[in-house]
Amino acid sequence: MMDGTKGFDDALTGEQKIRNFNINFGPQHPAAHGVLRLVLELDGEIVERCDPHIGLLHRGTEKLMESRTYLQNLPYFDRLDYVAPMNQEHAWCLAIEKLTGVEVPRRASLIRVLFCEIGRVLNHLLNITTQAMDVGALTPPLWGFEEREKLMIFYERACGARLHAAYFRPGGVHQDLTPELIDDIDTWSKEFPKVMADIDGLLTENRIFKQRNADIGIVTEEDILEYGFSGVMVRGSGLAWDLRRAQPYECYDEFDFQIPVGKNGDCYDRYLVRMEEMRQSLRIILQAIEKLRAPEGQGDILARGKITPPSRKDMKQSMESLIHHFKLYTEGFHVPEGEVYCAVEAPKGEFGVYLVADGTNKPYRSKIRAPGFLHLQAMDHMSRGHQLADVAAIIGTMDVVFGEIDR
Amino acid sequence: MSDALKELGAYIEAKRTDCVLAWDVTHDELNLDVTPSNIVGLVEFLKSDATCQFSSLVDITAVDYTGRAKRFDVVYHLLSMYQNHRIRLRVSIREEAMVPSIVSVHPSANWFEREVFDMFGILFSGHPDLRRILTDYGFRGYPLRKDFPTTGYTEVRYDEAQKRVVYEPVSLVQEYRQFDFMSPWEGAEYILPGDDKADEKAEAK
Repeated sequence: MMDGTKGFDDALTGEQKIRNFNINFGPQHPAAHGVLRLVLELDGEIVERCDPHIGLLHRGTEKLMESRTYLQNLPYFDRLDYVAPMNQEHAWCLAIEKLTGVEVPRRASLIRVLFCEIGRVLNHLLNITTQAMDVGALTPPLWGFEEREKLMIFYERACGARLHAAYFRPGGVHQDLTPELIDDIDTWSKEFPKVMADIDGLLTENRIFKQRNADIGIVTEEDILEYGFSGVMVRGSGLAWDLRRAQPYECYDEFDFQIPVGKNGDCYDRYLVRMEEMRQSLRIILQAIEKLRAPEGQGDILARGKITPPSRKDMKQSMESLIHHFKLYTEGFHVPEGEVYCAVEAPKGEFGVYLVADGTNKPYRSKIRAPGFLHLQAMDHMSRGHQLADVAAIIGTMDVVFGEIDR
Repeated sequence: MSDALKELGAYIEAKRTDCVLAWDVTHDELNLDVTPSNIVGLVEFLKSDATCQFSSLVDITAVDYTGRAKRFDVVYHLLSMYQNHRIRLRVSIREEAMVPSIVSVHPSANWFEREVFDMFGILFSGHPDLRRILTDYGFRGYPLRKDFPTTGYTEVRYDEAQKRVVYEPVSLVQEYRQFDFMSPWEGAEYILPGDDKADEKAEAK
């Protein structure tokens, strides 16, 4: 056609008829944060429609849970949001404790708060730095992962696993922390502000970072209600909604911390909120350490009873304890009939567990309510009218992890 | 906390007598049993009423109670960020019944209803786009129903000869092991090997 034989009436060929372009974003795309497949309809570079296809990481967790005991189900929660595993376990433990009416000892409660906040720092470090990578910076992830490494070593020293902890147990936590570990966490939390300042210096006033994030993916109060957002997605838009404050669980009500909120509800504000949340988490960590060292913070770390194992010492001396231990780890404990919904403020938003128990040793039905599921649902709404390049920034700011969305 | 919820429950019942079948407060949570046909109206009322202000939808799920005439419970969780309270709505339906979709009131219900359809096969009338969401493309069956085996019916593997992924019926190398650790004296339901013969003998006599 290029040789000129066709003349110049190629408008009739249909070749130049403008139509929207459909592209597949993912499932193998580094900015898709896992296995997300987006079908994007583009008009030039503008996103007209966005259809997320999820479920590529679906493992049937809820189905599997129905045929396992309550304790065997606990590790599944590490594998949901694998960026901050212990926060998920927390919701499961709270649901069981609510149904069985178990009171968690004070020391266990403090340890839980401590590790939940470590989980929050873990999550926000990953999110902030990978979002920076999505918009073109490579250094922040390298610096952030160095700190994550240190935190995961704390995980390892507390429970033996770097990632899939299974540390929170119904009735408390699995093991006590050694004083050295508490000292080391203390030292780390004194050094961490310097690292925060480094990342802050790299990103906060960075021209490229600001250009890519400011005024992108604005969330209004109406969007929040319509699409059921939670966590930073809400706080970035100026609503001070935090379950740790609004519906306190564990012993969060005795900690002194502030809830940062954004002003414009764009990606940049959410970044700032996450940064500030890390500083607040640090405050909580320091307070928790102080409380753990105080005399009131000493004592047992499990509510000794039917749903927790006996102490090692008892098992060596008492036959009943040995039988109890054996029955607990084979048959498992029974949870009284009933249904509860327990939610925690996970780093990504409201993570909830809806548990229906039928009085046996296995849950009859357990529904996992992941915050990312709702956030990703609004992808179509949020990315419409944005440039293709902004899709990566919006996915980054939503903080999606496919372990919890696909379950 | 639970006094306030009781008050709220009584208030909703008084306002919407036609929708509410029963309500109770257990474990500090307010439960409402709702008739399927009225669910949209009730959710809309809960959203707009100044006392309730259940502005955000937290979750929609279902529970399969086999052996009940109304097999499924569709469960809605709502939250009010303004009044700081939660509510649970339960709708009991038969297996073949449809539930009105609440997407018009809460757009966030879209994916939740798709998930419930995917996992339980419950249809939502008026849903704009009721496709499967979590399971594989071309998947058959409803995995979270109690009569669906945990192993599923098909398995996938990459076939080196055909150079593509193939679907095959599940073949287990050993029997699927479903351990039952219940103490025999605590009402285990399985039949011990040999016990079945005792029944046969008794019948023969």
